[in-house]
Amino acid sequence: MELVFALCVGVMTSCGVFLCLRGTTFTVVIGITLLSYAVNLFLFASGRLHLNAAPILGVSQRIADPLPQALVLTAIVIGFGMTAFLVVLAIRTFTDWGSDHVDGKPTAIENVIQRENRRP
Amino acid sequence: MNHLPILPILLPSLAGTLMLLPPLSKRFKAQRRVTWSVLIALMVISAMLILSARQQTTTYALGGWQPPFGIMLVVDRLTALLLAVTAILAFCAGIYSAGKEDRQSSLFYPLYLFQVMGINGAFLTGDLFNLFVFFEILLIASYALLIHGGGKEKTKAGFHYVTVNLIGSAVFLVALGTLYGTMGSLNMTDMAAKVGLLLPEDQILVKTGGLLLLLVFSLKSALLPLHFWLPKTYAAASASVVALFAVMTKVGFYSICRVFGGIFGGNAGALADFAIPWIWPLAIATIALGSIGVFAAASLRSLTAYMVIVSVGTLLITFVIEGGQFLRVGFYYLLHSTAVTGALFLIADQIGTRRGAAADRFVKAGPVTHATLLGGMFLIAAIAAVGLPPLSGFIGKVLILDSADRFAEQVWVWPALLMSSLMTMIAFSRAGSTYFWHSSAKESAVDLKVRITQIAAIVILLSTTALMTVFADAILTYSQDAAEDLRRHPTTMQRQIETSRSHAHAEQEF
Repeated sequence: MELVFALCVGVMTSCGVFLCLRGTTFTVVIGITLLSYAVNLFLFASGRLHLNAAPILGVSQRIADPLPQALVLTAIVIGFGMTAFLVVLAIRTFTDWGSDHVDGKPTAIENVIQRENRRP
Repeated sequence: MNHLPILPILLPSLAGTLMLLPPLSKRFKAQRRVTWSVLIALMVISAMLILSARQQTTTYALGGWQPPFGIMLVVDRLTALLLAVTAILAFCAGIYSAGKEDRQSSLFYPLYLFQVMGINGAFLTGDLFNLFVFFEILLIASYALLIHGGGKEKTKAGFHYVTVNLIGSAVFLVALGTLYGTMGSLNMTDMAAKVGLLLPEDQILVKTGGLLLLLVFSLKSALLPLHFWLPKTYAAASASVVALFAVMTKVGFYSICRVFGGIFGGNAGALADFAIPWIWPLAIATIALGSIGVFAAASLRSLTAYMVIVSVGTLLITFVIEGGQFLRVGFYYLLHSTAVTGALFLIADQIGTRRGAAADRFVKAGPVTHATLLGGMFLIAAIAAVGLPPLSGFIGKVLILDSADRFAEQVWVWPALLMSSLMTMIAFSRAGSTYFWHSSAKESAVDLKVRITQIAAIVILLSTTALMTVFADAILTYSQDAAEDLRRHPTTMQRQIETSRSHAHAEQEF
């Protein structure tokens, strides 16, 4: 279980970082979302991974640490609000600048690359 | 239980929420009155907190849940001092916004108060996760304040700022997870007591978590190489907002002090002061790069933004010299630099609105009206910012130079600080002479009336630097105690928590 969990966190983090480094606001938003999922999973694991353990005394034989679950809950709420804000801001940037580029408009080099790519 | 410590968080959040509701939501004047009275109340509360913190450190357990499980607020001398700085700056920036930013939408004052609440909370909290929450509160208010008023440049700068800070928050959470997983607590006092008892195999994990925290706090305080967001953001925001932002980088510095001076301080056993070798070169490089930025800036506003970066580097140097023995100088310099950069942002706005299309850029434009008043204020602010006698910048810089004397680090600290002072002096003299002497007679002056509240805001901020010169000794004694509070052995604090716990038990029995 630990290996699968660690792989999940690792893959999501690397995908998130990769997407954050793209030049368009849409991919950046998706990247940050993935990154925050990975972080939430990681935070959850900081209370150790248990099977069949409730965070309440006297319900099950083993007890999970309730604090990381509370932390994750807070982090999810905050992350969700922030993502919503970022999406609205990205739409606003798009309408203001007429382009999905993170810097408002593509740089000169990016324009050249695009032109080269379009050439048959 | 004494409820004073919670008021700096509770008051702005309640007032901000009330202003979103119908009777106040559309009435600018009423909103203004409420905001001003809250800001004045905050100044009074922070003065009372300073008085009580001089007697003893107060802890406040939220909802009666006892630490280390409940959330704890801690008011020691350092917290009280920073609350006072925030209150004064927020008041000045608040009265400056009257008739300007606050007319643009009815959401300005609520957002402003939420921002103040976030900053106060970050200073008050004694819990690392709670610090994260208050960081988010102050950030989400600042996102909205930054793009307040709208415009293409603002949305672009806003998007960059939000993205950078969201990634910073993700790293913050990873750091918290690592630290909680190894130490089993996020209460700062508890962590400080536990860090010396760590097993050797856990130490490397805690070190990783600690350095991730350093990364986040460097991002917030705009330390090299994570400072790129600051100049653009500060150049895009409106005047009173950016003046309030002058204290935001200090939140990062404060967190570095709390975590690396308090938790990983001298009592941390094998992990004592492990971040110091990282902070050293970064602080020096930040000063160097910030001064180049000051020198190269094309407008007074971006010049001041780079001044903020230079001041962060300077503050961190006082944190690392001789294991923080001279941190009191740092706190003195913090007060000075916050007030002066705040004032400079406001002065830049005053000058910029009177020069037509040229705004505050360093180009030839029509003559500035009210040149005597504005020029005088600019001169005083520049003298304080550069560090010329007789104002507080001079005292601060001399004390920092003096503290580096006799140590090996002098070779690095002296040239960096002296060169940066020289470069800022040249930059400021160029700015002043372009604004007030090199005006072209062809273009007509923009005759704008002087608003008494705006001038009062600048005058209050500038007079604090004069007062800091007069009362330098008292402030330095106080900040010496504040620095000792920070590095005090965790058992003292633990004992205090124990006593507060037994008090709570006693109250319950009654």
